[in-house]
Amino acid sequence: MSMWFWVLGAAAIAYVTKLVGYLVPDAVLDHPLVPRLAGLVTAGLLASLVVMNTFASGTALVLDARVGALIVAGIALWLRAPFLAVVILGALTAALLRWAGWAA
Amino acid sequence: MSGSSAVSAGSDHAEPVIPWRSSPAVRVGLSLGIATGLYGISFGALSIAAGLTFWQTQALSALMFTGGSQFAFIGVLSGGGGGAAALGAASLLGVRNTVYGMTMNALLRPQSWRKLIAAQITIDESNAAASAQPTFLERKRGFWVAGVSVFLLWNLFTAVGALLGDAVGDPGQWGLDGAAVAAFLGLLWPRLREREPLAVAVVCGVVTAICIPLVPSGIPVLVAAVVALTWGLIGARSARKKARS
Repeated sequence: MSMWFWVLGAAAIAYVTKLVGYLVPDAVLDHPLVPRLAGLVTAGLLASLVVMNTFASGTALVLDARVGALIVAGIALWLRAPFLAVVILGALTAALLRWAGWAA
Repeated sequence: MSGSSAVSAGSDHAEPVIPWRSSPAVRVGLSLGIATGLYGISFGALSIAAGLTFWQTQALSALMFTGGSQFAFIGVLSGGGGGAAALGAASLLGVRNTVYGMTMNALLRPQSWRKLIAAQITIDESNAAASAQPTFLERKRGFWVAGVSVFLLWNLFTAVGALLGDAVGDPGQWGLDGAAVAAFLGLLWPRLREREPLAVAVVCGVVTAICIPLVPSGIPVLVAAVVALTWGLIGARSARKKARS
C-alpha cells in the first residue's frame, strides 16, 4: 500500500475526529470519562513515542547519541526553555556527541 | 488585559465591544500563531528525515493539521513502523480534538458551513486561545485568530523545514533524530504536572521499552495506547465504587 494512502487516510480520520465534536449531542461527550480518557491516552502515547524514538533501532533496544539528546532536552524543559530551543538543543547534542565520537 | 476583563466581568448580555486592535484575544491568537508556526520547521525537517516526500509532508500539515498527530505519524515511521501503525498512532492522538470540538461548539456556536471550517482549525492552540477569554466575542476572536494564524504559519514553516531537511542529507549527522526525541519530550512535558498522567506516562514508557524487542516496529505505541485506555477505564470505575460506598 502506498504511503500516500496512509497519509491521506490519517488526514481524513483527523478531520472527522475534529468534526465529530461539533456534531455529536452534548450529552454523549459530556460524559466525564471522555476528557479523562483523551488526556491519559495522549500522555501515554507521547511517552511511548519518546521511548521509541530514543531507544529503538528497528526491533532492538540501543543506547546511542539520542540518549544524550533526551537528557539535555529534559534539563532544558526543566529550566523552562521554549519548545523550539528544546528541539534545537536535542539536535545539537546528538550531532556533537557523534562528531566527537563519544556515541554512535 | 486586566482592564478589559474588569469591564467585561458582568453578564454576557451587555458585553463591551473591544476594538479589534486592542483585543487581548487577537494578541494571544497571533502570538500563539507565531510561536507554534515556527516549530513547523522542526516538523518539516523531521518528516523528510522519516522518509516522507516534500508533498506528503505538506499534505500532513495542510490536511491533518494537528501537531501531535503529525509528529506521531512520522515518529512511528522513523522508528521503523509502517503506514498502518503510523495512521493508528496519529488517529489515537487526535482524539482530544473531539473534546476540543465539543467545547468550541458549546462556547462559540458556529452555524452551518462555518462548522466545517472551524473543525479543521480545532487544535490545542485555538482551543486554549478561546477558552482563556472572558466574553463571547473575545472567545470567538481568540479561536479564529489563533486557528487561522497557526494554520498559515505552520504550513509555511513546514515547507521551509522540509526544504532544509531535503538539503541536509544524512539526518543522523545533523542530530535530527535527537531533535525528534526532544520534540516528543517537549510535547509530553506540560502533561506531566498532574500525578495521574505522569504515572500513565511512566507505565507506558516502560511497556514500550519491554515491547520493542518483542513485537514488530510501530506496534509498541499502540500497546501503550491500550494500556493508557485500560488504566483510564479501571481508574474511573474504582473511583465510582469509592464514591458509592
